[in-house]
Amino acid sequence: MLNRILAPLSAAWKEATDSQVWTSIFRHGKPVSNRNRALVMMSNVFLHLHPVKSRKAGIKLRYTWCMGGITFFLFLVLTFTGLLLMFYYRPTVEYAYADIVDLQEHVPLGIMRELHRWGAHAMVITVWLHMLRVFMTGSYKPPREFNWGIGVVLLVLTLLLSFTGYLLPWDQLAIWAIAVGSNMARATPLLGTEGPLSASLTLGDISLINAGNDARFALLGARSVGQPTLLRFYVLHCVGLPLAAAFLMAVHFWRVRKDGGISGPM
Amino acid sequence: MPDPPAQPAAPKPAPRRAASAAKKVTRREFPFLAIGWGMFTAAMAAGLTAAGRFMFPNVLTEPPSTFTAGFPDDFAIGVVDTRFKERYQVWIVRDEEGIYALSTICTHLGCTPNWLEAEAKFKCPCHGSGFYATGINFEGPAPRPLERVGVSLAEDGQVLIDKSRLFKFEAGQWNDPASFLPLT
Repeated sequence: MLNRILAPLSAAWKEATDSQVWTSIFRHGKPVSNRNRALVMMSNVFLHLHPVKSRKAGIKLRYTWCMGGITFFLFLVLTFTGLLLMFYYRPTVEYAYADIVDLQEHVPLGIMRELHRWGAHAMVITVWLHMLRVFMTGSYKPPREFNWGIGVVLLVLTLLLSFTGYLLPWDQLAIWAIAVGSNMARATPLLGTEGPLSASLTLGDISLINAGNDARFALLGARSVGQPTLLRFYVLHCVGLPLAAAFLMAVHFWRVRKDGGISGPM
Repeated sequence: MPDPPAQPAAPKPAPRRAASAAKKVTRREFPFLAIGWGMFTAAMAAGLTAAGRFMFPNVLTEPPSTFTAGFPDDFAIGVVDTRFKERYQVWIVRDEEGIYALSTICTHLGCTPNWLEAEAKFKCPCHGSGFYATGINFEGPAPRPLERVGVSLAEDGQVLIDKSRLFKFEAGQWNDPASFLPLT
Protein backbone atom coordinates (compact mmCIF):
# COMPACT_ATOMS: atom_id res chain seq x y z
CA MET A 1 0.00 0.00 0.00
CA LEU A 2 2.68 2.46 1.05
CA ASN A 3 4.79 1.41 -1.89
CA ARG A 4 1.93 2.21 -4.24
CA ILE A 5 2.10 5.86 -3.12
CA LEU A 6 5.86 6.15 -2.87
CA ALA A 7 6.79 4.50 -6.16
CA PRO A 8 5.27 7.18 -8.43
CA LEU A 9 6.66 9.93 -6.18
CA SER A 10 10.08 8.40 -6.41
CA ALA A 11 9.74 8.11 -10.18
CA ALA A 12 8.65 11.74 -10.45
CA TRP A 13 11.61 12.81 -8.32
CA LYS A 14 13.97 10.84 -10.53
CA GLU A 15 12.46 12.40 -13.63
CA ALA A 16 12.84 15.89 -12.14
CA THR A 17 16.44 15.40 -11.09
CA ASP A 18 17.33 13.92 -14.47
CA SER A 19 15.76 16.80 -16.37
CA GLN A 20 17.85 19.34 -18.22
CA VAL A 21 16.62 22.15 -15.93
CA TRP A 22 17.85 20.35 -12.81
CA THR A 23 21.16 19.18 -14.22
CA SER A 24 21.91 22.63 -15.63
CA ILE A 25 21.55 24.11 -12.13
CA PHE A 26 23.17 21.34 -10.04
CA ARG A 27 26.22 20.06 -11.87
CA HIS A 28 27.20 17.42 -9.36
CA GLY A 29 25.69 14.30 -7.81
CA LYS A 30 24.20 13.98 -4.37
CA PRO A 31 26.53 15.09 -1.56
CA VAL A 32 27.21 11.57 -0.39
CA SER A 33 30.92 11.49 -1.22
CA ASN A 34 33.64 13.84 -0.07
CA ARG A 35 34.18 14.89 -3.67
CA ASN A 36 30.53 15.82 -4.19
CA ARG A 37 30.33 17.58 -0.83
CA ALA A 38 33.25 19.75 -1.90
CA LEU A 39 31.56 20.40 -5.26
CA VAL A 40 28.40 21.56 -3.45
CA MET A 41 30.41 24.27 -1.72
CA MET A 42 32.49 25.26 -4.72
CA SER A 43 29.81 25.40 -7.42
CA ASN A 44 27.39 27.65 -5.51
CA VAL A 45 27.97 31.39 -5.59
CA PHE A 46 26.72 31.82 -2.01
CA LEU A 47 28.36 28.78 -0.47
CA HIS A 48 31.69 29.12 -2.25
CA LEU A 49 32.69 31.84 0.21
CA HIS A 50 32.70 29.20 2.92
CA PRO A 51 35.51 26.80 3.54
CA VAL A 52 35.07 23.44 1.85
CA LYS A 53 36.07 21.74 5.06
CA SER A 54 35.94 22.91 8.65
CA ARG A 55 37.35 21.29 11.75
CA LYS A 56 34.50 19.99 13.88
CA ALA A 57 35.83 21.66 17.02
CA GLY A 58 36.05 24.99 15.23
CA ILE A 59 32.33 25.23 14.46
CA LYS A 60 31.02 24.15 17.85
CA LEU A 61 28.33 26.56 18.99
CA ARG A 62 30.04 26.75 22.36
CA TYR A 63 33.09 28.00 20.54
CA THR A 64 31.68 30.45 17.96
CA TRP A 65 28.38 31.51 19.61
CA CYS A 66 27.31 31.81 15.93
CA MET A 67 27.63 35.56 16.56
CA GLY A 68 28.98 36.45 13.12
CA GLY A 69 26.17 34.44 11.54
CA ILE A 70 23.55 36.08 13.75
CA THR A 71 24.96 39.49 12.88
CA PHE A 72 24.71 38.70 9.17
CA PHE A 73 21.19 37.37 9.66
CA LEU A 74 20.21 40.61 11.41
CA PHE A 75 21.75 42.61 8.55
CA LEU A 76 19.51 40.70 6.12
CA VAL A 77 16.46 41.29 8.35
CA LEU A 78 17.28 45.01 8.55
CA THR A 79 17.76 45.23 4.78
CA PHE A 80 14.39 43.60 4.17
CA THR A 81 12.38 45.51 6.81
CA GLY A 82 14.16 48.73 5.82
CA LEU A 83 13.17 48.18 2.21
CA LEU A 84 9.54 47.78 3.30
CA LEU A 85 9.69 50.97 5.39
CA MET A 86 11.00 52.88 2.36
CA PHE A 87 7.66 52.33 0.61
CA TYR A 88 5.98 54.66 3.14
CA TYR A 89 8.64 56.97 4.58
CA ARG A 90 9.39 60.36 3.00
CA PRO A 91 12.60 62.03 4.20
CA THR A 92 11.29 65.59 4.47
CA VAL A 93 10.86 67.81 7.49
CA GLU A 94 7.19 68.11 6.65
CA TYR A 95 6.35 64.40 6.36
CA ALA A 96 9.03 62.34 8.14
CA TYR A 97 7.52 62.21 11.62
CA ALA A 98 3.95 61.84 10.34
CA ASP A 99 5.01 58.96 8.10
CA ILE A 100 6.60 57.18 11.04
CA VAL A 101 3.38 57.54 13.04
CA ASP A 102 1.39 56.35 10.01
CA LEU A 103 3.67 53.33 9.72
CA GLN A 104 2.59 52.29 13.20
CA GLU A 105 -1.07 53.34 13.04
CA HIS A 106 -2.27 53.05 9.45
CA VAL A 107 -0.20 50.26 7.91
CA PRO A 108 -0.85 46.55 8.43
CA LEU A 109 1.91 44.97 10.51
CA GLY A 110 2.83 48.28 12.07
CA ILE A 111 5.35 46.26 14.02
CA MET A 112 7.65 46.50 10.96
CA ARG A 113 9.17 49.71 12.26
CA GLU A 114 9.77 48.07 15.64
CA LEU A 115 11.40 45.07 13.98
CA HIS A 116 13.78 47.42 12.18
CA ARG A 117 14.56 49.38 15.34
CA TRP A 118 15.04 46.41 17.66
CA GLY A 119 16.93 44.53 14.98
CA ALA A 120 19.31 47.47 14.75
CA HIS A 121 19.87 47.50 18.51
CA ALA A 122 20.40 43.74 18.46
CA MET A 123 22.91 43.98 15.61
CA VAL A 124 25.07 46.44 17.53
CA ILE A 125 25.07 44.03 20.47
CA THR A 126 25.86 40.95 18.37
CA VAL A 127 28.70 42.76 16.59
CA TRP A 128 30.30 43.48 19.96
CA LEU A 129 29.76 39.91 21.15
CA HIS A 130 31.24 38.60 17.89
CA MET A 131 34.33 40.73 18.43
CA LEU A 132 34.53 39.58 22.04
CA ARG A 133 34.40 35.95 20.93
CA VAL A 134 37.03 36.50 18.24
CA PHE A 135 39.24 38.23 20.77
CA MET A 136 38.81 35.64 23.51
CA THR A 137 39.54 32.73 21.16
CA GLY A 138 42.58 34.48 19.72
CA SER A 139 41.07 34.26 16.25
CA TYR A 140 42.40 37.73 15.37
CA LYS A 141 46.02 36.53 15.39
CA PRO A 142 48.08 36.07 12.21
CA PRO A 143 47.19 35.19 9.51
CA ARG A 144 43.80 36.70 10.36
CA GLU A 145 44.89 40.20 11.40
CA PHE A 146 43.76 41.74 8.08
CA ASN A 147 40.28 40.30 8.56
CA TRP A 148 40.17 41.74 12.09
CA GLY A 149 40.88 45.13 10.49
CA ILE A 150 38.02 44.64 8.02
CA GLY A 151 35.84 43.73 11.00
CA VAL A 152 36.73 46.95 12.80
CA VAL A 153 35.64 48.95 9.74
CA LEU A 154 32.40 46.94 9.67
CA LEU A 155 31.88 47.81 13.34
CA VAL A 156 32.23 51.51 12.51
CA LEU A 157 29.80 51.12 9.59
CA THR A 158 27.30 49.42 11.92
CA LEU A 159 27.55 52.31 14.38
CA LEU A 160 27.22 54.86 11.56
CA LEU A 161 24.13 53.05 10.29
CA SER A 162 22.66 53.31 13.80
CA PHE A 163 23.60 56.99 14.00
CA THR A 164 22.09 57.91 10.62
CA GLY A 165 18.97 55.82 11.24
CA TYR A 166 18.44 57.54 14.58
CA LEU A 167 17.65 60.88 12.88
CA LEU A 168 15.03 59.58 10.44
CA PRO A 169 11.98 59.58 12.81
CA TRP A 170 12.59 63.35 13.12
CA ASP A 171 11.30 63.59 16.67
CA GLN A 172 12.83 65.68 19.46
CA LEU A 173 15.09 62.84 20.58
CA ALA A 174 16.41 62.39 17.03
CA ILE A 175 17.06 66.06 16.29
CA TRP A 176 18.89 66.77 19.55
CA ALA A 177 20.85 63.54 19.43
CA ILE A 178 22.20 64.42 15.99
CA ALA A 179 22.77 68.06 17.02
CA VAL A 180 24.92 66.83 19.90
CA GLY A 181 26.55 63.94 18.03
CA SER A 182 27.49 65.93 14.95
CA ASN A 183 29.16 68.54 17.15
CA MET A 184 31.96 66.01 17.54
CA ALA A 185 32.79 66.54 13.86
CA ARG A 186 33.79 70.12 14.75
CA ALA A 187 36.84 68.64 16.48
CA THR A 188 38.08 66.76 13.37
CA PRO A 189 41.81 67.41 12.85
CA LEU A 190 42.40 69.83 9.93
CA LEU A 191 38.83 69.53 8.60
CA GLY A 192 36.78 70.70 11.63
CA THR A 193 36.51 74.37 12.59
CA GLU A 194 37.50 73.69 16.19
CA GLY A 195 39.81 70.77 15.51
CA PRO A 196 43.58 70.72 15.92
CA LEU A 197 45.61 72.22 13.06
CA SER A 198 42.57 73.58 11.21
CA ALA A 199 43.49 77.13 12.31
CA SER A 200 46.77 76.72 10.43
CA LEU A 201 44.93 76.33 7.11
CA THR A 202 44.75 79.95 6.05
CA LEU A 203 45.10 81.97 2.86
CA GLY A 204 46.58 85.25 4.02
CA ASP A 205 44.13 86.49 6.64
CA ILE A 206 41.28 84.25 5.54
CA SER A 207 40.68 81.02 7.46
CA LEU A 208 40.02 78.24 4.95
CA ILE A 209 38.05 76.08 7.38
CA ASN A 210 34.87 77.60 8.79
CA ALA A 211 31.41 76.47 9.89
CA GLY A 212 30.26 76.71 6.27
CA ASN A 213 32.72 74.22 4.81
CA ASP A 214 34.09 71.95 7.54
CA ALA A 215 33.56 68.24 8.20
CA ARG A 216 30.39 68.90 10.19
CA PHE A 217 28.94 70.87 7.29
CA ALA A 218 29.63 67.99 4.90
CA LEU A 219 27.71 65.73 7.28
CA LEU A 220 24.77 68.06 7.90
CA GLY A 221 24.58 69.87 4.55
CA ALA A 222 23.96 72.99 6.61
CA ARG A 223 25.28 74.83 9.65
CA SER A 224 22.63 73.25 11.86
CA VAL A 225 20.42 70.16 11.73
CA GLY A 226 17.69 70.72 9.13
CA GLN A 227 16.14 69.47 5.89
CA PRO A 228 19.51 68.96 4.12
CA THR A 229 20.66 66.87 7.11
CA LEU A 230 17.60 64.63 7.00
CA LEU A 231 18.12 63.98 3.27
CA ARG A 232 21.85 63.31 3.60
CA PHE A 233 21.36 60.91 6.50
CA TYR A 234 18.55 59.17 4.62
CA VAL A 235 20.70 58.58 1.54
CA LEU A 236 23.65 57.42 3.63
CA HIS A 237 21.42 55.16 5.74
CA CYS A 238 19.53 53.52 2.86
CA VAL A 239 22.17 53.38 0.12
CA GLY A 240 25.71 54.48 0.91
CA LEU A 241 26.47 52.72 4.19
CA PRO A 242 24.62 49.42 3.43
CA LEU A 243 26.47 49.13 0.10
CA ALA A 244 29.80 49.73 1.80
CA ALA A 245 28.91 47.21 4.51
CA ALA A 246 27.79 44.57 1.99
CA PHE A 247 30.99 45.02 0.00
CA LEU A 248 33.19 44.64 3.09
CA MET A 249 31.13 41.71 4.36
CA ALA A 250 31.88 39.85 1.13
CA VAL A 251 35.59 40.50 1.71
CA HIS A 252 35.21 39.51 5.37
CA PHE A 253 33.56 36.14 4.63
CA TRP A 254 35.97 35.41 1.79
CA ARG A 255 38.93 36.04 4.04
CA VAL A 256 37.53 33.72 6.71
CA ARG A 257 37.94 30.94 4.18
CA LYS A 258 41.27 32.10 2.81
CA ASP A 259 42.81 32.58 6.25
CA GLY A 260 42.21 29.05 7.42
CA GLY A 261 38.58 28.47 8.23
CA ILE A 262 35.94 29.70 10.59
CA SER A 263 37.92 29.99 13.81
CA GLY A 264 40.27 28.36 16.19
CA PRO A 265 43.95 28.75 16.87
CA MET A 266 46.21 28.17 13.91
CA MET B 1 30.34 15.17 -14.11
CA PRO B 2 31.95 13.41 -17.06
CA ASP B 3 35.67 13.48 -17.30
CA PRO B 4 36.98 15.99 -19.84
CA PRO B 5 38.25 14.34 -23.02
CA ALA B 6 41.94 13.68 -22.97
CA GLN B 7 43.83 16.59 -24.45
CA PRO B 8 46.55 15.97 -27.00
CA ALA B 9 49.88 16.97 -25.57
CA ALA B 10 50.12 20.70 -26.13
CA PRO B 11 53.27 22.08 -27.71
CA LYS B 12 55.60 23.45 -25.11
CA PRO B 13 54.86 27.14 -24.62
CA ALA B 14 57.54 29.62 -25.52
CA PRO B 15 59.59 30.55 -22.47
CA ARG B 16 57.89 33.42 -20.71
CA ARG B 17 59.55 36.77 -20.68
CA ALA B 18 61.50 37.64 -17.58
CA ALA B 19 59.28 38.07 -14.51
CA SER B 20 57.74 41.53 -14.35
CA ALA B 21 59.63 42.39 -11.21
CA ALA B 22 62.93 42.01 -13.01
CA LYS B 23 61.72 43.59 -16.24
CA LYS B 24 63.22 46.97 -16.94
CA VAL B 25 61.19 49.78 -18.44
CA THR B 26 62.84 50.83 -21.66
CA ARG B 27 63.38 54.41 -22.76
CA ARG B 28 60.79 53.88 -25.46
CA GLU B 29 58.13 52.61 -23.02
CA PHE B 30 58.70 55.15 -20.29
CA PRO B 31 56.89 58.19 -21.79
CA PHE B 32 53.84 56.11 -22.65
CA LEU B 33 53.69 54.62 -19.17
CA ALA B 34 54.26 57.98 -17.50
CA ILE B 35 51.62 59.77 -19.60
CA GLY B 36 49.13 56.92 -19.30
CA TRP B 37 49.38 56.51 -15.56
CA GLY B 38 49.65 60.25 -15.07
CA MET B 39 46.41 60.82 -16.95
CA PHE B 40 44.70 58.00 -15.06
CA THR B 41 45.82 59.42 -11.70
CA ALA B 42 44.76 62.94 -12.70
CA ALA B 43 41.34 61.68 -13.82
CA MET B 44 40.79 59.80 -10.56
CA ALA B 45 41.91 62.81 -8.51
CA ALA B 46 39.64 65.13 -10.50
CA GLY B 47 36.69 62.77 -10.07
CA LEU B 48 37.20 62.46 -6.32
CA THR B 49 37.64 66.22 -5.94
CA ALA B 50 34.48 66.85 -7.94
CA ALA B 51 32.52 64.35 -5.82
CA GLY B 52 33.81 66.01 -2.64
CA ARG B 53 33.04 69.50 -3.89
CA PHE B 54 29.56 68.34 -4.86
CA MET B 55 28.71 68.02 -1.15
CA PHE B 56 29.18 71.79 -0.62
CA PRO B 57 26.47 73.81 -2.42
CA ASN B 58 27.22 77.32 -3.69
CA VAL B 59 24.05 78.79 -2.24
CA LEU B 60 22.70 78.19 1.25
CA THR B 61 19.10 79.03 2.12
CA GLU B 62 20.17 80.03 5.62
CA PRO B 63 19.42 83.47 7.08
CA PRO B 64 22.32 85.97 6.96
CA SER B 65 24.60 86.21 9.98
CA THR B 66 23.99 89.96 10.20
CA PHE B 67 20.49 91.40 10.48
CA THR B 68 18.57 94.39 11.85
CA ALA B 69 16.15 93.55 14.63
CA GLY B 70 14.00 96.70 14.91
CA PHE B 71 14.41 99.93 16.88
CA PRO B 72 15.67 100.00 20.47
CA ASP B 73 12.27 101.19 21.66
CA ASP B 74 10.77 97.92 20.39
CA PHE B 75 12.52 96.16 23.26
CA ALA B 76 11.08 96.57 26.74
CA ILE B 77 13.40 96.73 29.73
CA GLY B 78 13.73 93.42 31.55
CA VAL B 79 12.22 91.34 28.75
CA VAL B 80 13.88 88.44 26.92
CA ASP B 81 12.85 88.77 23.27
CA THR B 82 12.43 85.31 21.71
CA ARG B 83 11.17 86.48 18.30
CA PHE B 84 14.54 85.91 16.63
CA LYS B 85 15.27 82.51 18.15
CA GLU B 86 13.70 80.38 15.42
CA ARG B 87 15.20 82.17 12.43
CA TYR B 88 18.48 83.61 13.72
CA GLN B 89 19.26 81.56 16.84
CA VAL B 90 19.66 84.60 19.12
CA TRP B 91 17.76 86.06 22.07
CA ILE B 92 17.79 89.83 22.39
CA VAL B 93 17.61 91.14 25.96
CA ARG B 94 17.25 94.72 27.18
CA ASP B 95 18.14 95.62 30.74
CA GLU B 96 18.42 99.00 32.49
CA GLU B 97 21.74 99.77 30.81
CA GLY B 98 21.12 98.65 27.25
CA ILE B 99 20.76 95.74 24.85
CA TYR B 100 22.74 92.52 24.45
CA ALA B 101 22.12 89.42 22.34
CA LEU B 102 22.70 85.82 23.44
CA SER B 103 23.49 82.89 21.18
CA THR B 104 20.90 80.10 21.62
CA ILE B 105 23.53 77.35 21.50
CA CYS B 106 23.86 75.60 24.87
CA THR B 107 27.48 75.61 26.04
CA HIS B 108 27.20 71.99 27.18
CA LEU B 109 26.65 69.98 23.99
CA GLY B 110 25.01 72.39 21.58
CA CYS B 111 21.24 71.91 22.00
CA THR B 112 18.87 74.91 22.07
CA PRO B 113 17.52 75.91 25.51
CA ASN B 114 14.06 77.43 26.02
CA TRP B 115 13.31 80.71 27.80
CA LEU B 116 10.99 79.92 30.73
CA GLU B 117 9.26 83.20 31.57
CA ALA B 118 7.74 81.98 34.87
CA GLU B 119 11.09 80.81 36.20
CA ALA B 120 13.08 83.61 34.54
CA LYS B 121 15.70 81.28 33.16
CA PHE B 122 16.92 79.55 30.01
CA LYS B 123 16.50 75.78 30.40
CA CYS B 124 18.07 73.26 28.05
CA PRO B 125 15.81 70.28 27.18
CA CYS B 126 18.72 67.89 26.57
CA HIS B 127 20.53 67.71 29.90
CA GLY B 128 18.92 70.39 32.06
CA SER B 129 21.47 73.20 31.97
CA GLY B 130 20.04 76.48 33.30
CA PHE B 131 21.11 80.06 32.54
CA TYR B 132 19.96 83.41 33.93
CA ALA B 133 18.69 86.08 31.55
CA THR B 134 22.21 87.48 31.56
CA GLY B 135 23.46 84.22 30.07
CA ILE B 136 25.32 83.15 33.23
CA ASN B 137 25.03 79.40 33.88
CA PHE B 138 23.81 78.35 37.33
CA GLU B 139 22.59 74.74 37.11
CA GLY B 140 23.10 71.58 35.12
CA PRO B 141 26.20 70.42 33.24
CA ALA B 142 26.90 73.57 31.18
CA PRO B 143 30.52 74.53 31.95
CA ARG B 144 30.32 78.22 30.99
CA PRO B 145 27.83 81.01 30.25
CA LEU B 146 26.01 81.40 26.95
CA GLU B 147 27.97 83.33 24.36
CA ARG B 148 26.92 86.83 23.37
CA VAL B 149 26.96 88.03 19.76
CA GLY B 150 27.82 91.44 18.31
CA VAL B 151 25.23 94.18 18.73
CA SER B 152 25.37 97.81 17.55
CA LEU B 153 23.20 100.53 16.02
CA ALA B 154 22.72 100.53 12.24
CA GLU B 155 22.76 103.79 10.29
CA ASP B 156 18.97 103.97 10.31
CA GLY B 157 18.89 103.67 14.09
CA GLN B 158 17.87 99.99 14.22
CA VAL B 159 19.54 97.39 16.40
CA LEU B 160 22.12 95.56 14.29
CA ILE B 161 22.99 91.98 15.29
CA ASP B 162 26.24 90.43 14.04
CA LYS B 163 26.32 86.68 14.70
CA SER B 164 29.76 86.30 13.16
CA ARG B 165 31.27 87.93 16.28
CA LEU B 166 31.11 85.89 19.49
CA PHE B 167 31.92 87.14 22.99
CA LYS B 168 32.76 84.75 25.83
CA PHE B 169 32.21 85.82 29.43
CA GLU B 170 35.03 83.65 30.78
CA ALA B 171 37.47 85.38 28.41
CA GLY B 172 36.39 88.83 29.69
CA GLN B 173 34.95 89.62 26.26
CA TRP B 174 31.59 90.84 27.61
CA ASN B 175 33.39 94.11 28.40
CA ASP B 176 34.01 94.56 24.68
CA PRO B 177 31.91 97.57 23.51
CA ALA B 178 30.85 95.56 20.44
CA SER B 179 29.07 93.03 22.67
CA PHE B 180 26.74 95.57 24.27
CA LEU B 181 24.59 98.45 23.08
CA PRO B 182 24.32 101.03 25.88
CA LEU B 183 21.02 102.92 26.00
CA THR B 184 20.12 105.64 28.42
